[in-house]
Amino acid sequence: MTETGHVSPPKGITPKKRLGADERLARASFLTRLLRRPESGVACGLIATFIIFALLPGAESLYSLQGSMTFLTLAAELGILAAAVSLLIIAGEFDLSIGSMIGFAGVVIGLSVKYLGFPLWGGIASAFAVAVLTGYFNGLIVVKTKLPSFIVTLASLFILRGLSIGITRSVTGRTQIPYILDDVPDPWVASIFNGHVLRGLFHWMGEVGWIAVKSDGTPFVSGIPMSIMWWLVITAIAGWILTETRFGNWIYASGGDPVVARNIGVPVSRVKITLFIASACAATLLATIQVMEAGSADTVRGSLKEFEAIIAVVVGGVLLSGGYGTIYGAALGALIFGLVQMGIFYTGIDTDWFKVFLGIVILVAVLVNNYTRAKALGERASS
Amino acid sequence: MTMVPAIELRGVSKRFGSVIALNNIDIKVKPGEVHCLLGDNGAGKSTLIKILSGVYHPTEGKIFVAGKEVQFRSPRDAGDRGVATVFQDLGLIPLMSITRNFFLGREPVKGVFPFRRFDKEKANDIARRAMANVGIHVRDPTQAVGTLSGGERQSVAIARAIHFGAKVLILDEPTSALGVHQAAMVLKFVIEARLKGLAVIFITHNIRHAYPVGDCFTLLNRGASQGTFQKSDITRDEVLSIMSGGEDMEAVEKDIELLLETIK
Repeated sequence: MTETGHVSPPKGITPKKRLGADERLARASFLTRLLRRPESGVACGLIATFIIFALLPGAESLYSLQGSMTFLTLAAELGILAAAVSLLIIAGEFDLSIGSMIGFAGVVIGLSVKYLGFPLWGGIASAFAVAVLTGYFNGLIVVKTKLPSFIVTLASLFILRGLSIGITRSVTGRTQIPYILDDVPDPWVASIFNGHVLRGLFHWMGEVGWIAVKSDGTPFVSGIPMSIMWWLVITAIAGWILTETRFGNWIYASGGDPVVARNIGVPVSRVKITLFIASACAATLLATIQVMEAGSADTVRGSLKEFEAIIAVVVGGVLLSGGYGTIYGAALGALIFGLVQMGIFYTGIDTDWFKVFLGIVILVAVLVNNYTRAKALGERASS
Repeated sequence: MTMVPAIELRGVSKRFGSVIALNNIDIKVKPGEVHCLLGDNGAGKSTLIKILSGVYHPTEGKIFVAGKEVQFRSPRDAGDRGVATVFQDLGLIPLMSITRNFFLGREPVKGVFPFRRFDKEKANDIARRAMANVGIHVRDPTQAVGTLSGGERQSVAIARAIHFGAKVLILDEPTSALGVHQAAMVLKFVIEARLKGLAVIFITHNIRHAYPVGDCFTLLNRGASQGTFQKSDITRDEVLSIMSGGEDMEAVEKDIELLLETIK
C-alpha cells in the first residue's frame, strides 16, 4: 500500500480505494497542469498562427511596429466585445444583439449630437443609457420567460438594426450620420476613445531612431491607440471579476447548473440580467470608439460582430453551454482573429480565404477545447 | 431519555388532490441518532423528504425543530434553521472546484468595495479542514468536483452541510448510485456526523446500507408508517419482510420458483 505522507489513515470503515485525488495530483506534471487550463488550446493556436505567418512572405510588414499596432487594434475592438460576451456565455446565455447594438449606439450618439444639440459626453451617455435599457430588457425577457436567449436576442438583433436604419433614414433621409465631431463643445471627450497614449515615448523612440519616422520626423506610430488600452483594462477587470469575486463564482454557477445555483441561494436572474447589460455596454463602448475615430455613424456598423465575438470566446476555451472558461482565453481568441485578418492582408493571400481559415480555426479550437476540458475533469464525464 | 428531539413530525399528512401521499406520520430524531426511513418505490419517501426539507408544506400536522414548532418556507429557510438536506443531485456543480462549490452563495470576502473579493485562501483552507472533519483529506481543493468519485462528492455535500451549522442532516438515497466501496465510504460519513451530535435522517430502500448505521428504523409503505423500531427490537430480515409487505415477497419467491421449474 502506498503511503502518501501526511494523509492519516481514515478511521472506521476503510474504503479500499483511498481518495484518488492525492495520488492523481501528485502524478500530474507541471506541463499537464498547464495544459489543463482552459486557455491552453488557444495559446497553442496563437503560437502556431504566429509561426505560420512568420514563415510567409510579408511577415516583416505584419510584425513591424505599424503592422502590429494594426492587428492589435483589430484584436482590441473584438476583444472588448469578447470580454463581456465570455462572461455572459459562462453564465449560460447568448447575446446575438450586440452587433446591432453597435450600430444603434452609433446612431444614438450621432443623432443626439447632430440633431438634438447634445454635447459629445451627453451623446455618449445617452448611448450607454440606451444600452443599459436594452441589456436589461433582453435579460428580463430571458429570465422571466425562460426562453432560449438565442431566440430572444435574435429578435433584438432585428429590432435594433431596423430601428437604427428606420430612425436614421426618417430623420436624416440617409443611412449615415457624418461630421459628428464638427462644432462639438467638448472635442476632448473624443480623445478618451480615439487618442493615443505614450506619445512622448514613441516620439522619443523615433528621435533615437528605434522606430520608423516620416519625413517630418514624427513616427509612423504616434502611440498606443486608446482602443488597445480599453481592451486591456476591460479584460483585466472582467478577468478579476470572474475569478476573484463572489459575483464571479455566481457567474460560473449560473452557467454550470442554474437550478442547483438557485436552490443554494445564488441570485441567478440578477447575475444574468447584469451580464446582458454588460454586453450591451461593451457593444456601446466599441461603437463610441468607432464613431470617435471615424467622426461618423453608420447604421450598418457592427454587422456579424456578435458571431465574431462568440467565435473569439469559444476559440478561447469557453464552453458554449456555459459554466467553464476564462476571460484571458477569449482575449487570446480575439488576438488570433486580428492576427489572421491582418496576416492574410499583409501576406497577400486572397482575402476570400480568410473565412475558410477562420472556419478551420474554429473547428480545431473547439476540438482541442473539448479534449482539454475532458482532461480538466480527469476524463470523467460531467453528469 | 428526556432529550429534546432535534426534529419531530407529529401527525403529518400530505395530499395531492384526492391522492394521499402521506398519512399521519410521526417521527422523532434525537441529536446523535441515525434514523433510517425505509420504503419501497412509491412508499412516500420522496414526499416526506420534501416536507422535511421545506419544499412541500404538510397538508396536516406539525413540524418541531429542537422543540419549537416551525414552518419551512423554502429549503433555504430550513437550512437556516439547521435542517440541511443533501438531495440526490447533491447541490454540486461538476465544472466548479470543491472550494467554489463549498462556499457557493456564502463566499467569504475580504477588502472594501469596490475591491471586495472572494477570500480564496481562507475558503480553500476552511474547505480542506471541513472535508478532513468528515474523514476525507483533499490536497487540492481547487480541483473540479466533476473529477471526484460519487462517494467523494457526497462527502463534499455532507461536509458543507455540517460546516454551515446543520443540526439535522437529511440524506436522500446517498448510497443508491454507488458501488460497494463508495457506499461504505458514505456510511462512514453518516457515522462521523452522528458522532458530532447531529441528528441524521437516512432515506434509502437498501436495508443492507441502513441496518449497520441506523439506530432506529421507520418503515413506510403506501404513504403510511408501518411503525418505528429500535435496532435492538428488530432484525434485518424482519425489517426487510415488513418493508416488502412480508407475504408479498414470499408469494413472489414462490412464483419465481414455479416459473423456473416450468423453464426446466
